[in-house]
Amino acid sequence: MDWHAVADGLFDRGHDIVAVDDLLSGTGHCGDTAFAVVGSTNHAEIGVELTLAMAKRVVATMRDHPGRPILFLVDTQGQRLRHRDELLGIHRYMAHLAQCVELARARGHRVLALVYDQALSGGFLASGMMADLCAALPHAEIRVMNLPAMARVTRLPEERLRALAATSPVFAPGAENYAQMGAIDALWAGDLATHLMAALRDAPTTDTRRDVGRARGGRKLAAAIAERAASE
Amino acid sequence: MERLQFRFDGGSRVAAASDACLVGVVASGNLEVLIEPAPQTDACAIEIRTAANGFGDVWQAVMTDFFERHRVGGIRISINDAGATPAIVSLRLDQAIEEFTRRDPA
Amino acid sequence: MQSYYEATARERIAGILDPGSWHEILPPTARTLSPHLKALDLPVAFDDGVVIGSGALEGLPVLVAAQEGGFMGGAVGEVQGAKIVGLFERAKAARVAGVVLLLETGGVRLQEANAGLIAVSEVIRAICATRVRGIPVVAAIGGKFGCFGGMGIAAGCCTSIVMSEEGRLGLSGPEVIETAHGVEEFDSLDRALVWRTVGGKHRFLLGDCATLVDDRQPAFRSALAQAVRTGEELELASLEREQRTLDERLERFGAYTDGEDIWRDLGFDKPANVPLLATDALIALSKRLRAA
Repeated sequence: MDWHAVADGLFDRGHDIVAVDDLLSGTGHCGDTAFAVVGSTNHAEIGVELTLAMAKRVVATMRDHPGRPILFLVDTQGQRLRHRDELLGIHRYMAHLAQCVELARARGHRVLALVYDQALSGGFLASGMMADLCAALPHAEIRVMNLPAMARVTRLPEERLRALAATSPVFAPGAENYAQMGAIDALWAGDLATHLMAALRDAPTTDTRRDVGRARGGRKLAAAIAERAASE
Repeated sequence: MERLQFRFDGGSRVAAASDACLVGVVASGNLEVLIEPAPQTDACAIEIRTAANGFGDVWQAVMTDFFERHRVGGIRISINDAGATPAIVSLRLDQAIEEFTRRDPA
Repeated sequence: MQSYYEATARERIAGILDPGSWHEILPPTARTLSPHLKALDLPVAFDDGVVIGSGALEGLPVLVAAQEGGFMGGAVGEVQGAKIVGLFERAKAARVAGVVLLLETGGVRLQEANAGLIAVSEVIRAICATRVRGIPVVAAIGGKFGCFGGMGIAAGCCTSIVMSEEGRLGLSGPEVIETAHGVEEFDSLDRALVWRTVGGKHRFLLGDCATLVDDRQPAFRSALAQAVRTGEELELASLEREQRTLDERLERFGAYTDGEDIWRDLGFDKPANVPLLATDALIALSKRLRAA
């Protein structure tokens, strides 16, 4: 999915988002609200540089535009799987980004995310999955890994995984499954600007994903176990 | 996975030092043994969940041996097994029952 | 059990907390088994591979979660993640000096795919939210399986990290990188290379862990207590500092291809000797070099 079309759909009053290599950044206007936009494109591999650039954008928003909502536009094939990134401590770069998002939330910024193309595991944890509310376009692909790779790693027969995936949202890729499990708030079809403003209004400020997963029936245990661990 | 259940009668009730105890880890070739008091019965009830299918006879032998050596009752033993050898199973059971019955010096 | 590396999760808790202070939450008798592993006909554990509870650390009231590396490599599934998240919820209400995480994990439990990924995400958010509330979260890494995947990010979100030389910390494990880009990119069987890249000493020299300790439980205990006492607020100024630190790191070390290049740049005349240095000697030398 072309990010231009997505940005045009989201920001009915215009935007100045630009792509520099795989980094998206700029400001978008929806109704009377300005959004600080940060994200990635080209199914970006999220390495140390890109992570740091995204964090920088969040830090700058906190400093220069207190309270301005932040929108992550997510398109990533996952973290960059290179020796150099590990040598430099990519986990710490990602952790820095995650903490920037958390602090922004604590300082009154609403943080939203939209998976407009792909979101894979490590590339998604420190950005979209840190948001108050994460949505996806209906065709978006969200997964840890595909079933053949999962079959290889877990040494389980692929047919068995396919059979389980047909009945449970746990195993199969797909935005719809993540919605059932509570990690995706909704699939945005139709007018994106309307969805964006509704999300800004309704996004929770605490992590309610396990409750949503329970209510939707896609993740039955997490909420109950967490409640017991918190109170027993 | 296979689930097996055994029950041995005629043992004497053990005085438990603690409510329950756990020994071992569900790692490859290892197992965890959980012992809990079962005040409503004098039996030694054992429930096993094992990754290795078709070894019911071996489990029966190992559990019988355990019971003959310790003659314990009024307890519930639960096992999660990830393919441990009979020797390891016996060792963990002995460790578990020793820990379960060990009284605090206080 | 003196070695932290060799100890199980339960032995680590016994070795680190004050005697008699431990109270386990959702103990094995609660039988919080993973439904997903059961569905796949795989072995389950009564505690789903994480031990949580409250206790005292050198007199400090703390909440503790300890992952068991022996069970599925410490990987996080729905139940395990929910236990840790619930512990952080508890930290909100309880009066605690900090939360201690004894991490040993490969990250997301792939057998629980989506549920595992979301669980790790919830743990990361819980750590960050707890820190924002001013409660320190400290992590120990020194087990056989290291700390990788999304839980490497979780560790990075902690107030401070205590590692031993034997510990490993990263995002993508060496095997994952080798599978993706071949043995020339990262030879996962080259132990020395692995430790030069993600091992405790390298992480300490880069500043990714605050404290390096010997592989002894008492050493972990006192370092963790010290870390809880020290704390550190999560605030804009600290994140701006971190931004500069990480920027400078890229600038200074970004072109290097090996840990030894970085250590030489840090002032070690004979970087090849770093792996041979005793912990104390390494700490002392690194202090002198930083001061110079």
